[in-house]
Amino acid sequence: MKEMKTFTLKNELGLHARAAAMLVAVSSNFKSKILFERDGKEINGKSILGILTLACPKGSSITISAEGDDAREVMEQLGNLIEGKFGED
Amino acid sequence: MEAGAIKKTIVLKGIGVSPGIVNGRAYLFNCQDLPTTYYKLDTKVLVSKEVKRFRNALKASSRELLEIKERISRKEGIEPLFVDIHIMILKDKMFIRETVENIRERRVNAEWALKLTLVKYRDIFKKMGDEYIRERINDVEYVSERILRNLSGKSCEKISDIEEEVIIIARDLSPADTIQINTEKVLGFATDIGGKTSHTAIVARSMEIPAVVGLERVARQIQTGDHVIIDGTAGVVIINPDPEILKRYEDKKKHYQIMAKNLIRNAALPAVTRDNYRVEIGANIEFVEEIPSAVSHGTDGVGLYRTEFIYVNKEQLPTEEEHFLNYKRVVSDPGLKWATIRTFDLGGDKFVSDPRLAEEMNPAMGLRAIRFCLREVDLFKVQLRAILRASIHGKTKILFPMISGVAEIREAKKILCDVKEELRNEGVPIDENIEIGIMIEVPSAVMMADKLAEEVDFFSIGTNDLIQYSLAIDRVNERVTYLYEPLHPAILRLIKHVVDAGHDAGIKIAMCGEMAGEPFYSLILLGLGIDELSMTPLAIPRMKNIIRAATLKESKNLLDTVMSFSMVKEIEEYVRSYMVKRFPEDFPINNASYR
Repeated sequence: MKEMKTFTLKNELGLHARAAAMLVAVSSNFKSKILFERDGKEINGKSILGILTLACPKGSSITISAEGDDAREVMEQLGNLIEGKFGED
Repeated sequence: MEAGAIKKTIVLKGIGVSPGIVNGRAYLFNCQDLPTTYYKLDTKVLVSKEVKRFRNALKASSRELLEIKERISRKEGIEPLFVDIHIMILKDKMFIRETVENIRERRVNAEWALKLTLVKYRDIFKKMGDEYIRERINDVEYVSERILRNLSGKSCEKISDIEEEVIIIARDLSPADTIQINTEKVLGFATDIGGKTSHTAIVARSMEIPAVVGLERVARQIQTGDHVIIDGTAGVVIINPDPEILKRYEDKKKHYQIMAKNLIRNAALPAVTRDNYRVEIGANIEFVEEIPSAVSHGTDGVGLYRTEFIYVNKEQLPTEEEHFLNYKRVVSDPGLKWATIRTFDLGGDKFVSDPRLAEEMNPAMGLRAIRFCLREVDLFKVQLRAILRASIHGKTKILFPMISGVAEIREAKKILCDVKEELRNEGVPIDENIEIGIMIEVPSAVMMADKLAEEVDFFSIGTNDLIQYSLAIDRVNERVTYLYEPLHPAILRLIKHVVDAGHDAGIKIAMCGEMAGEPFYSLILLGLGIDELSMTPLAIPRMKNIIRAATLKESKNLLDTVMSFSMVKEIEEYVRSYMVKRFPEDFPINNASYR
C-alpha cells in the first residue's frame, strides 16, 4: 500500500527541532518506509537530521509518502500533527 | 607540564558571574580532548568487529542519555527536549548508516569513520539559511563526543558522581550537566565559554558559589588536581598560586566572608531609616531559580520579574501552561510578599527566529514591548491569561513596559479586561483586584504622569531607558556612553516629577533600573521619596545597610541642595564628598570602584 499527500506547514516555526522531534517520534513507530520531499529534495522521515536539514519554514509545502502495510495510519497521524500545528497554539 | 618542574602561576581573566572567592583542587570535567585516532582495518573480520564496536558505543551512549533524561524529569519535573533530540540523533538511521558505510568502504576505525560523518554534517548545517537550524550542529557535536568517549572505553563522567570538594573546570557545561551538580561538593566553577546570562552563570548564582566564565582557554591550562583560586567578584582565575598569592587570597577570602556574613546577617532586617521611614525592597529576577538567593539577601518581594527568558532561546513559542508554571512558582514563594510580573519587553525579533520580522535600525525605539504586544494581541493574551491564573496563588502585580501615553495603557487594560472576562466565563479563579502598573521610561510618560496615575495602581521607574531616551544616548554606541549620567539634573527633575505626580494621585512609586541598586545613589533616592527600590539580589544587603544607617531628613536636605545645582559634575562631587564623609566604610576615599 502506498500513500502520498502534500501538506502546507501552518505553524509559526516550521519544522524546528521540537516539531521535527514530534514527527520522528511518530514515524519511528511504523514499519512503512516514509519519505519527506521538499523542492526535489527527499529524506527519510524517520531521521531527525534529515528533517532538520530539509529546513522547512512556515508556509512551505512538503510531500509525505508512506509505503507499507500501515501506510494509511502513518499518513493520518503525521497529518494530524502537521494540521494541528504541532500543538503550538 | 614537564616532570619535576615547579608549576608556574598563571592568571586568567574572564567574566565574574557569581561573586566570592574560593580556592581548592581543580577537577577537569569531561574536557580531555580526545584526539581522533586513525587506523586501517586489514581484514573483513576486523571490519565487522569495528561495526559492532561502533554499535555498542551507540547503545552505551543511548543508555547514558536515557539515564540523564530520567534523572532530569525526576528532579525537575520536566521532559527535557534537548535530551530527546540527542537520543534521536543517536538513533538516526542516516547518521548511523553513513558511519557504518565509512567503516566498511574506507576500512577505517570507528572513531575516524564517525569524524568523517560529523565533518559532512558540519558542511550541510553550515549552509542552512535559518540560524536556529544552523546551530543544531551543536547537538550533533555533543552526541558525537559522547559516542567517541564510549568508543575510547572511558565511561562518561557524571558530575553527580564527584565525591570530593572540587572546583569544576570545563570548556562548557551543558544544562544537562549543571542540573545534576551535587551542590555540596562543588566549590566553584570556571569555564571557557559563557557570559552573564549563560546557564552556568545562573546556576552558580543560584547556588551562591563563585564562578568565572568566558575564560577561553582555562580548560587547556589546568589539570585535575591543580591548585586554583577563583575570584568570582573580580572575574579572575589563578592557577597554581605561589605561597604569597595564596596568602593574600586567603586574607581576601576571609574579609569577603566576614563582609558577606555581616551583610547577610542584617539582610533580613527591613530597610527602615533611623527616623523610621520604610522603603520596600524588591529583587529584579529573570529566572525562578534566583528566588532563594533573593530571599536570603533580604528582599521583601520581587519588584521586577523579567519574563523575556520564557520566550527567548526557545524552540517554540511558550504555551500558556509554561508561562503559568513559571509565574505560579514565583508568586507562590512563601519568602516573597509580592511579585511584580512585567509583560514581554523585547522586540518581535526576539521571538525565536521569525524571518518575517525585519531587522530594525533602531530597536530601542522600534516595535517592541507594549507596542509589539498591542499588535500581536493573541500572543499577549496567552501571557496575560497565565499571569491572571497565577494571581490566586500569591500577591501578583502586572507591569506594562514602555507605555508612552494614556491611549496605550487604556488599550492594554481593555485587553486585560477581556482576558479576565474570558477566564471568568471559563470558571477559572483569578484575583479580581490584581494591581496593575506601568514602567515610566519614556519621557512622554513622565510629562503625562498625572494623567497616567489615574489609570494605574503604581508606577515603576525604569531608569536605564529613561536616561537613554531623555538624554538621547544610544547606549550601544560607546562614543556617547560618557553622557549616561543618572545624576544629570534633568534626570533628577524627571524622577521628582513622576514621584510627586504619583503621590498626588495616591499611588506608590517603585524604581527598578540599575540606579535603584547602587548604594552611591541611596540617599538621593530616599530624598526623592521612592517607595520601593528593586534591584539585582546581590545588591540588596549593601543597599539596606546604608538605608538603615541614614535618615530621611538628611536625604531630603541632600536632595534639596543638589537640586539647586545645574551640572552633573557639581551634583556628583557634592554627593561623593557627602557619602565619603558620612559612610567612610562603604565609600573608602581612594577607592575608585564606586561610580
